[in-house]
Amino acid sequence: MTQQQSRQVQTPPISEDVRAELVEIGTRYPQARSGLLPMLHLVQSVQGRVTAEGIEACAEVLGLSTAEVSGVATFYTMYKRRPVGDYHVGVCTNTLCAVMGGDEIFERLKDHLDVGNDETTEPVDGLKDITLEHVECNAACDYAPVVMVNWEFMDHQTPESAVQLVDDLRQGNEVRSTRGPRICTFRQAERVLAGFPDGLADEGPSAGIASLNGLQLAQLNGWGPPPGRVGTDADRAQAVADQDRAAAQATAEDGQEGAAATQASPAGTKHDDAPGTGDEAQ
Amino acid sequence: MSTTSEPTTQHPEIDPLTPVLSADWGEKRSWTRAVYETGGGYDALRRGLREMTPEQVLTEVKESGLRGRGGAGFPTGMKWGFIPQENPNPKYLVVNADESEPGTCKDTPLMMASPHLLVEGVILASYAINAHHAFIYVRGEILHVVRRLQQAVAEAYEAGYLGRDILGTGYDLEVVVHAGAGAYICGEETALLDSLEGRRGQPRLRPPFPAVAGLYASPTVINNVESIASVPGIVRHGAEWFASMGTEKSKGYVLYSLSGHVREPGQFEAPLGITLRELIDMAGGIREGHELKFWTPGGSSTPILTAEHLDVPLDYEAVGAAGSMLGTRALQVFDETTSVVRAVLRWTEFYKHESCGKCTPCREGTWWLVQTLKRLEAGQGEEGDIEKLVDLCDNILGRSFCALGDGATSPITSAIEHFRGEFEAGMHTPAWELFPYRASSVFAPEVTPA
Ligand SMILES: Cc1cc2nc3c(=O)[nH]c(=O)nc-3n(C[C@H](O)[C@H](O)[C@H](O)COP(=O)(O)O)c2cc1C
Ligand code: SF4
Ligand code: FES
Repeated sequence: MTQQQSRQVQTPPISEDVRAELVEIGTRYPQARSGLLPMLHLVQSVQGRVTAEGIEACAEVLGLSTAEVSGVATFYTMYKRRPVGDYHVGVCTNTLCAVMGGDEIFERLKDHLDVGNDETTEPVDGLKDITLEHVECNAACDYAPVVMVNWEFMDHQTPESAVQLVDDLRQGNEVRSTRGPRICTFRQAERVLAGFPDGLADEGPSAGIASLNGLQLAQLNGWGPPPGRVGTDADRAQAVADQDRAAAQATAEDGQEGAAATQASPAGTKHDDAPGTGDEAQ
Repeated sequence: MSTTSEPTTQHPEIDPLTPVLSADWGEKRSWTRAVYETGGGYDALRRGLREMTPEQVLTEVKESGLRGRGGAGFPTGMKWGFIPQENPNPKYLVVNADESEPGTCKDTPLMMASPHLLVEGVILASYAINAHHAFIYVRGEILHVVRRLQQAVAEAYEAGYLGRDILGTGYDLEVVVHAGAGAYICGEETALLDSLEGRRGQPRLRPPFPAVAGLYASPTVINNVESIASVPGIVRHGAEWFASMGTEKSKGYVLYSLSGHVREPGQFEAPLGITLRELIDMAGGIREGHELKFWTPGGSSTPILTAEHLDVPLDYEAVGAAGSMLGTRALQVFDETTSVVRAVLRWTEFYKHESCGKCTPCREGTWWLVQTLKRLEAGQGEEGDIEKLVDLCDNILGRSFCALGDGATSPITSAIEHFRGEFEAGMHTPAWELFPYRASSVFAPEVTPA
C-alpha cells in the first residue's frame, strides 16, 4: 500500500541514544527483562509502531531471541504492527459506553474519516493522520460515552463533539483533554509510558465533575468519617504543610483554571452539551 | 435524602457518605505533595515508620478488618502475614493498578487526584512486609494517571520519603511506576507478575502462591490501589476508627462507582453496606422518565441484579447472598430501554478478546458464546440456543484456568435467569427492534425529537 510506504519515511532508526535509553529502562528493575514493556513503548515513541528493528534492539539489549520479544509484543493490544498516525483515537464501545452512545460515535467517526476499525486516514498534505480504533472499558464509565485521544480522556462525547474533535486534531488545532493536558502526539505519549516524564503532570484538573459528585454531596450535608485522632505528629505536619501550601499557591498557574472550573460546576450540570472538544479548551 | 438505617449496618450513627480516599479530590492541585500534606498527608508515614515496628503496622491493618478492594475481598492484613519472613529472598510489593474490569472506574480518579495517598500507602505496606522494592503496575491506557504517579513518586524521593534511610529511620525503599500495554488479563495477579517480568501476561498455576513465590520467584504481596490507599487512614487514625465504619464483616469506607442511566453518575465514598437505592438517590435518581432494569454490583464479571435487589446492603456478604458478588463496586445501571441481549453480547465479546488463550474452555468457549449471542441479538436464534449458552457456561465455569473464564459466564447465566424472555425473543426479533438502541443513549433526546 502506498499509504504504508509513505509512512515508512517517517520512521527514524533506533539510534545509539535510543539504545542507551533502552538499557537505562532495564536498570530500573532488579531484573532488566522487567523493562521489556516500557522498552516496547519507547520503540513506539520513536517509530510509531513496533518494528522488526525495534524488536531486534530490545532482544539485543536483554539477550533474548527476537522470537521471544515478538511473542511478548504481539500479546498486548497497545503495541501496533502497523504505523499509528499522529493521533490515536479510541472510542470506548464496551457495554456501558456503547449503550450510552459509544456505538453511534464510533459509526459516525468511521464514516467521517472514511476508515474502518484500526485503520489510519489517507495521508493528505497539511493534515495530521488519525488512527481510529474501538477500545475496551477505559475506567471512565462515569463519564460515558468516552473517547480517548492518545490515551487522554475526552469525556462526555456525542457524535457531533467527536467529529469536531477529530477535525481539530487533523487540522493541528490545540485540543485539551477534559481531564488532562493539551493533547500531545502519539509518539510523545508513548515516551511517557516508557517512563520518561514530559512535564505535563501539572496540567488539567484534580478531578472531573463526576468524580466529585459524592464528595460535593457530603460537603453539602456536612457528612464525613468519624473524627480521627490528632496528635503532635499531625500538628507538626500541618504546620509544615501550611508553609508548603503557601509556596505552592504562589507558583501554581497551569491546571488551576481547570480545577477551578471543575469545582465551579454544580453537580446538576447537564452532561449532554458536548464539552470536551475545542470549545472548552479555548 | 437517604439514611443508613437498614438492619445490617452496624453503626447507624455513621454518616451516609464518608470521604477519606476522596477527601482531597476537590482541592486545587490535589496531586501535589504540598497540598496533600495540608490535609495531614504523610503524617501516617511518620507515625508508622518512627513510632511503630513493621509488625505493629501489620497488626493494625489486620485488626482494622480491611479486605482487598480489587474484587475478591481477601483480608489484607492476613495476606501480608503470609509473607514468609524467614525466606532469604527479597520481598516485593506490587500494586495492581491495571483497572480494566468493565464498569470499574475508581482507582483511576483516585490516582489522578491523590497519587500521594497511594505512594504513602505503598511505603507503609512495604515497611510492614519488609520489602525494599515496590512496583505500581498501572494500565498504559490512562496516560495522565501515569504522569501524576511518576511525579508523585519523584516528589516523594525529593522529600526523603523514598530512597535510602527514609525519614532517618534506616528503612530503604525503591518504587517504580510501570505502565502496562493493554491486556485485561494482566489484572489477574499471577498474569500481572509474568507481565511485570517482561513476558506475555498469562496466569500461573497456583500453588505456589505469590506470597511464597511471586515476582522473581520471591515472596510478593499484590494489592489493589484502593486497598493500599486505605492504609494511611488506618495507621493515622487506628484500626478501631476504620472498623467503626461498615458492617460486621465488611469494614471501612470504599468507593462506589455509579455509571449509566442515573442523572449524576460518579464516585460516592461510603461505609460498606450502603444500598443501591440510597446511591441512586444520591446520584439524582434514574434518568428522567425511566426506571431501573438491571445492574452490576461489581463490574461485568459479577452476576447482574435487578430492581428486586435495590435494598441489598452492598457488602461482601449480602451481595453474595443475593447471588452475585460485591467485586469492585462498579455499579453499572441500565434502564428499561436497554437490551439485555445486546449488553451481554458486548461483554462476552470483551471476554473473548481478552481471553489469554492458555486454556481451552475459555478460549474456545468464549468464541462459541459470542457466535450464539450474535444470532440472538440479530433475531436469528436457533432452537436450543439458550440451552446451548447455559451448557457452554457450565463447561467454562470452574473448568477454566483462571477467574477470567468464570467471570465471562456471570453476565450470561444471570441474564438468562432474570430475563429469559428476551433471549427467547431473539429467536425471531432483532434486539434493536425490541429496544431501539438510540433510545438508550445520552444524546437520544437531542437527535430524536420527542
Ligand atoms: C481477569 C481478572 C482481572 C483482574 N483485574 C484486576 C484489576 O484490574 N485490579 C485489581 O486490583 N485486581 C484485579 N483482579 C484481582 C486480582 O487478581 C487480585 O485479586 C487483586 O489485585 C488482589 O488485591 P486486593 O487483595 O487488594 O483486592 C483481577 C482478577 C482477574 C481474574
Ligand atoms: S481462563 Fe481464559 S484468561 Fe484465564 S488462563 Fe484460561 S484462557 Fe487464559
Ligand atoms: S465502558 Fe467505556 S469507559 Fe467503561
